[in-house]
Amino acid sequence: MVLWRVPLDSEEIQTTIGIVHILEDRCKGCGFCIEFCPRQVLQFSKRFNTKGYHPPSVVKPGECVNCHYCEIICPEFAIYSVEDLTQSGHAAGPETEVS
Amino acid sequence: MTPTNKSINHPLDDLLRTDRIPHIWCPGCGIGTAFAACLTAMKASGIDLEKTVMVSGIGCSGRGAGYVMLDSYHTTHGRAIPFATGLKLANPELNVVVFSGDGDLFAIGGNHFIHGARRNVDITVVCVNNLNYGMTGGQVAATTPLGAKTTTTPVGNPDGPFNLPLMAYAAGASYVSRWTILHTRDMTESIKDALLNRGFAFVEVLSPCPVNFGRRNKEKALDSLRLYQEKTIIKNDAHPSELDIDFERGVTLGKFVDIERPTCIDRYDATCRPPEMLEEEKAA
Ligand SMILES: Cc1ncc(C[n+]2csc(CCOP(=O)(O)OP(=O)(O)O)c2C)c(N)n1
Ligand code: SF4
Ligand code: SF4
Ligand code: SF4
Ligand SMILES: [Mg+2]
Repeated sequence: MVLWRVPLDSEEIQTTIGIVHILEDRCKGCGFCIEFCPRQVLQFSKRFNTKGYHPPSVVKPGECVNCHYCEIICPEFAIYSVEDLTQSGHAAGPETEVS
Repeated sequence: MTPTNKSINHPLDDLLRTDRIPHIWCPGCGIGTAFAACLTAMKASGIDLEKTVMVSGIGCSGRGAGYVMLDSYHTTHGRAIPFATGLKLANPELNVVVFSGDGDLFAIGGNHFIHGARRNVDITVVCVNNLNYGMTGGQVAATTPLGAKTTTTPVGNPDGPFNLPLMAYAAGASYVSRWTILHTRDMTESIKDALLNRGFAFVEVLSPCPVNFGRRNKEKALDSLRLYQEKTIIKNDAHPSELDIDFERGVTLGKFVDIERPTCIDRYDATCRPPEMLEEEKAA
């Protein structure tokens, strides 16, 4: 399938470098954030949270473009991104995945 | 930078009853995303949140009112709109937001919806359409697609679903749109526009119910989201008669109506409380 991981509004969204915060014990492991992150920053962790779900963990910390998509698609208020103010300037556009 | 799990606060925590989080919605349920969009839109719209109330009926979606850190009302099944109408008429300063499900708003509460739109009551109605009665175990709803399996249509639904935007338009709603939870930013913008529209504003949000609808139709939550991505087209201003829900043919999303016309209160005041009458009363 072609291009389906590109967020629908990637062009409108300003890209900076982001830091992802995960409130692990709120997560129910739906995988929405992992599946729809435009930079594949997230993966399921092997760990369980207190409710027995596998929360996401950040596997590519430098790649987050602070697009907030994980934050707005998450049904659980369990993840959000903030701008990394120590890393200004360059951020690449979202990758398009062909798989 | 090391990502941290000892986070401070989610940006919506100030509008959430965090003591009730995690909420009751199942893993992969889309209601939480629609609800979050509603909270974000309420903040972004600039409306006075001190004067904003949320009203829900009964159902999984109807639990929304119980999670917002504002005055809110969890009414009986189907009665969110009449309750909201009463609130608005009693205190016209309030911004009244109805957040509820397709069964609540369009089956048991269907007539209230029609008449709320007809009278153009100045409220905002966000309907989470998950194509079935999620809470009670996945029965057929007025919105269940033709042929879809539910507990009460085990061989497939013999009836077609309501086209909700068409109904809203035909009944007189002043704002009508449809989005899916995957179109998160469009949905949020649209709820914001609906909040700012003066009149009966309706936003339909398509949302997965993996546990009941999905299970019987071999559709996991992520499958529903893929369907929302691959089988929808955005066509603002499409005629509401073109908006049938049929994922095989494709489902149209967008903003379909955005007008201004006299509200229920405008007409009530003009008819029952014209200035002459008020003066007469004062003089008497
Ligand atoms: C008067 C009355 N009739 C029936 C019910 C049972 N009931 C509870 S929720 C529900 C349907 C909810 O469907 P929907 O509004 O689509 O919400 P969902 O759970 O799908 O979000 C029904 C029929 C009830 N609570 N009260
Ligand atoms: S903010 Fe965007 S890029 Fe960063 S993790 Fe979330 S979805 Fe991925
Ligand atoms: S979207 Fe939210 S609930 Fe789902 S896996 Fe990601 S953090 Fe967990
Ligand atoms: S039953 Fe369906 S609608 Fe209700 S919380 Fe679970 S997934 Fe959501
Ligand atoms: Mg429903």
